[in-house]
Amino acid sequence: MKILSAWLREFLSPLDVTDRQLADDLTLRGIAVEGIFDLGANRGHLFEMDITTNRVDAMNHYGIAREIAAIYNVPLFPLNVDLPAAKHSAKPFPVHIEAPDLCGRFTARVLRNVSIAPSSGIVAERFALLDQKQIWNAVDATNYAWLAMGHPTHAFDLDKISGGIVVRRAHKGERIKLLDGTERTLEADDLIVADEQKPIGLAGVMGGWDSMITPETRNIVVEAAWFDPATVRRSARRHGLHTDASHRFERGADFNGAPVANALVTKMILASGGEIDGDLVDVVVPEAASRTVQRASVPLAVSEVTRMLGTTTDGRGIAAAQIKQILTALGCTLAPAGHNIYQVTLPSWRLDLEREIDLIEEVARVYGYNRFANTLPTFVGSVVELPTAEREETLRRTLLAAGFHEALSSTFTSVTAAVTFAPRPGTVVPLDNPLNEEAGVMRPSLVPGMLRMLEHNLNRSVADVRLFEMGTVFSGSTDSVDERPALTIGLTGTSGSADIHTLTRDAGFFDIKGVLEEIAARFATRSVYFDSILLPGWLHPGRAARMAVNGATVAYFGQLHPDVAHARKIKQPILVGEVYLDRLYQQPLRQPSAIDPPRFPAVERDFSFLFADDVRWERVRQAIEDIGLPELVNTEPVEIFRAEKSAGASAAAERYSLLLRCTLQSPDRTLRDEEVLSAATAIEHALTALGGTQRK
Amino acid sequence: MKTVKEQEVAVRKHFTKLQERFDTDFSAVSSQESLELIRIKWTGQKQGRLREIASALKTGRLVRFPETTPILEDLSLAWELIDIRDPEMKRLFGVALNDFKRHVTEKIESSVSSLVPDAATLAREAIDVTLPGIRHPLGAEHPIIRTMNEIVRVFQGMGFSVGVGPEVETDYYNFEALNFPPNHPARDTQDTLQIANQHRKPLRERLLLRTHTSPVQIRTMEQQPPPVRIVIPGKVHRNDAADATHSPIFHQVEGLCVDTDITFSDLKGTLDHAMKAFFGSGVKTRFFPSFFPFTEPSADVQISCIFCGGKGCRKCKHSGWIELLGCGMVDPTIFGFVAEKQPAYDPKKISGFAFGMGVERIAMMKYGVSDIGQFYAGDVRFLEAFA
Repeated sequence: MKILSAWLREFLSPLDVTDRQLADDLTLRGIAVEGIFDLGANRGHLFEMDITTNRVDAMNHYGIAREIAAIYNVPLFPLNVDLPAAKHSAKPFPVHIEAPDLCGRFTARVLRNVSIAPSSGIVAERFALLDQKQIWNAVDATNYAWLAMGHPTHAFDLDKISGGIVVRRAHKGERIKLLDGTERTLEADDLIVADEQKPIGLAGVMGGWDSMITPETRNIVVEAAWFDPATVRRSARRHGLHTDASHRFERGADFNGAPVANALVTKMILASGGEIDGDLVDVVVPEAASRTVQRASVPLAVSEVTRMLGTTTDGRGIAAAQIKQILTALGCTLAPAGHNIYQVTLPSWRLDLEREIDLIEEVARVYGYNRFANTLPTFVGSVVELPTAEREETLRRTLLAAGFHEALSSTFTSVTAAVTFAPRPGTVVPLDNPLNEEAGVMRPSLVPGMLRMLEHNLNRSVADVRLFEMGTVFSGSTDSVDERPALTIGLTGTSGSADIHTLTRDAGFFDIKGVLEEIAARFATRSVYFDSILLPGWLHPGRAARMAVNGATVAYFGQLHPDVAHARKIKQPILVGEVYLDRLYQQPLRQPSAIDPPRFPAVERDFSFLFADDVRWERVRQAIEDIGLPELVNTEPVEIFRAEKSAGASAAAERYSLLLRCTLQSPDRTLRDEEVLSAATAIEHALTALGGTQRK
Repeated sequence: MKTVKEQEVAVRKHFTKLQERFDTDFSAVSSQESLELIRIKWTGQKQGRLREIASALKTGRLVRFPETTPILEDLSLAWELIDIRDPEMKRLFGVALNDFKRHVTEKIESSVSSLVPDAATLAREAIDVTLPGIRHPLGAEHPIIRTMNEIVRVFQGMGFSVGVGPEVETDYYNFEALNFPPNHPARDTQDTLQIANQHRKPLRERLLLRTHTSPVQIRTMEQQPPPVRIVIPGKVHRNDAADATHSPIFHQVEGLCVDTDITFSDLKGTLDHAMKAFFGSGVKTRFFPSFFPFTEPSADVQISCIFCGGKGCRKCKHSGWIELLGCGMVDPTIFGFVAEKQPAYDPKKISGFAFGMGVERIAMMKYGVSDIGQFYAGDVRFLEAFA
């Protein structure tokens, strides 16, 4: 909104403040001046303003001048709307409010023998500076009144009106051609200004085409009214019309502004000739008046002001006199109602003021927010962390140390992706108004988001990618949405560091498994095991696993199923997994506790065996563990040699050679040769029992 | 038969000769390499002389040394002098052998520590140190998470606990209880993503994606009586078209402090202190009137430009100030909604303040991010800069 500083000053006694200072002081009081433009000699500045929608009263020159009067504690001149005497009319212009619930006040004044011409003088000059389009002087007068005091008005060509004015609900299907040239079909809850036969304006939104001011107009009816905000908003929305008038009426116009605005428009039109025919017709609906201009006064206690606002930088706090000065300048009337308590009558133009707190805000605002001291509240109590905060931070630290970058992806995914990746089918939650087709549902899994990010990198020739994301996944129904924390891990490309000193290889299943083992190791778990039970369809059936902690499934991970990769045009192998953090977080974190380094030497024994292909490492390890050797501290595979599988051969028919190493150690003595020999024999028996053949 | 004494002298004589041979060998040592050759020759596991002699003593058989005749000679002579079946002889031989062994080991070990490898050896060991090292790069915390955690830590240090709430909210918590009545114009500015099939439900029960973290204020107060001091980090969504500075997905950190006698100047002091803790003690704050349905008085807070210190630069559009957060005193209406479940929230007895800030905006400013979309693309080249 554009404002002229010279016009503002016209309403105030001379101020010893520069326009720039004025702009700063207004801005600090919430009447934001966003730009200042010098208009040249003696013409002051143009202010480009941004005023919040709760302050419609300040979206005009007089309203802002009132703010200035309050800030500097200077008098604000009343608007000059003195009019010449009216010609006596025997019969007042007929105005009837047929919908008193929707129209609270309607003023009309008849002007005769006016002369319609382009505006000149101060109107033309100010319109030019404000980029306000000029039309005819009578129309410009209504716009001038709008710019001056912010009350919407309208001028009708009296000779196009049959009989008087009726403010009523439209008949469904009734039609009107508006000033913008469009033809509108009305609904029964549109409020219209009509004559005795037809609609002549959409109330509070726009006037009608047929009764508009033209160069031929000789006689005019000036309208200034007060319409119900909700009604105007509904009509403006329905017809897609957002006008200055609707903007103001929607947010509440000044009930008492109607007659003043009518007089101002009249005065401006009469400046080019003409006369007033009869007195102002002013129809007031008492119920509307009591809701607005006569609304109940509000009690205000000085102690409440202090309780809410606190200390000022000068240490004196806000005094009763200051409260009175500020609120009076804004148009309130303060009547004493006890010691340091006032009964405050609210101004008709400030429908945003209703409660004591609203008045306290006004006091703080005009006094200046930055004149309050910076104090710190005293507080007794303890700081509580989220129960999962430490677990989440531990996971993040572990993954960052493993070289994975943290990423964030969309909360939404496509219906297709949801079908593929949802852990529980049929529980996907769709959106009513998705951002786009690809984002139709709440993500049931973090995996599709991870794949998108991996693709993003691969498509940009970034081939080595290690990412993780922690976020919420959604399931349930549109009646009840379940939110759970999840973690996804994705990697592709080279395993470990790719440099000239190291023989590199492609990342594979065991790279991602290692990360999950590292994660599990952060928790105090009784058991962690891996198997390939009930793998989800998006994983390679032979190169994926489930991780179970203390018997509960906490993760699925492995190589992305080649079909899924192919459908997404991904060529290199992708390792991806999802961890159900709600389940993992059931486990407490492992608390470090010291171990005395062993004082007696460890003995390593290697065993070389041939096994059938279906004897998995886990069975071998378990068989050795089941012997129950107290000195066995570690069992690890050292070498596996497997010949290329021949097509068609059954797994059991194929054999592989395994070199494994067992470490024996006692905490209280050096093991004797016989003890080691007997342990080795027991291990060899156990491995033979598994169907293994010892290689000599 | 010779006496024991005579035999001992004879054995010793030969070991002395053996020692002389070793000493001659040893005197030729000039480099680490030649020392290594001597070590292998005399004490090596496979062909070392000492090992051979020791095993001869054990087995009673002397294996012929393949190449060095003089030593063989000395040893053979010593060997022939003694009767190995005589335990006393065996003992004498052993003692002499051990003395010799000690002599050899000591000489070699003392040389190992004193002998400096020659320059030529070092030159041959030289590598190209300008080649890149073997690195194990750390992953990078996401800049949004990092910024959010930093903000949260500042407020934790000021006595705020951490709270969170659901991302899918009801209309009641997201709007109604925060004083956005139905058809309130403020609702127009927050284009909301709705869950499907909500139209048949009463308005307040309809599910939507929370448009701000403020619903957690209500949820927290409903669950605990005052005092409350809580900081709320979280993800929020709006149905906004994406551009360089707008994303339909973004993050906020919200704060709430409720107690008896919490004032507007406490709000100012708290945020001023927090901004100094976060951006540096030189940062100044400035408060402007603003409007939020759930606070009154409401304020926007600016900080003095962290790039130019307030002198004016491109980053602050030459104003010297950067707008950073919204805040205000909790509107009594909010306490009214909460008091239905927690009667202790009586606006006549308690008061409070709330504040909220956009994490993306702060992270963009702090790290010089030009496109908000980068935060959500997962591009490794973008992310690794934050490691």
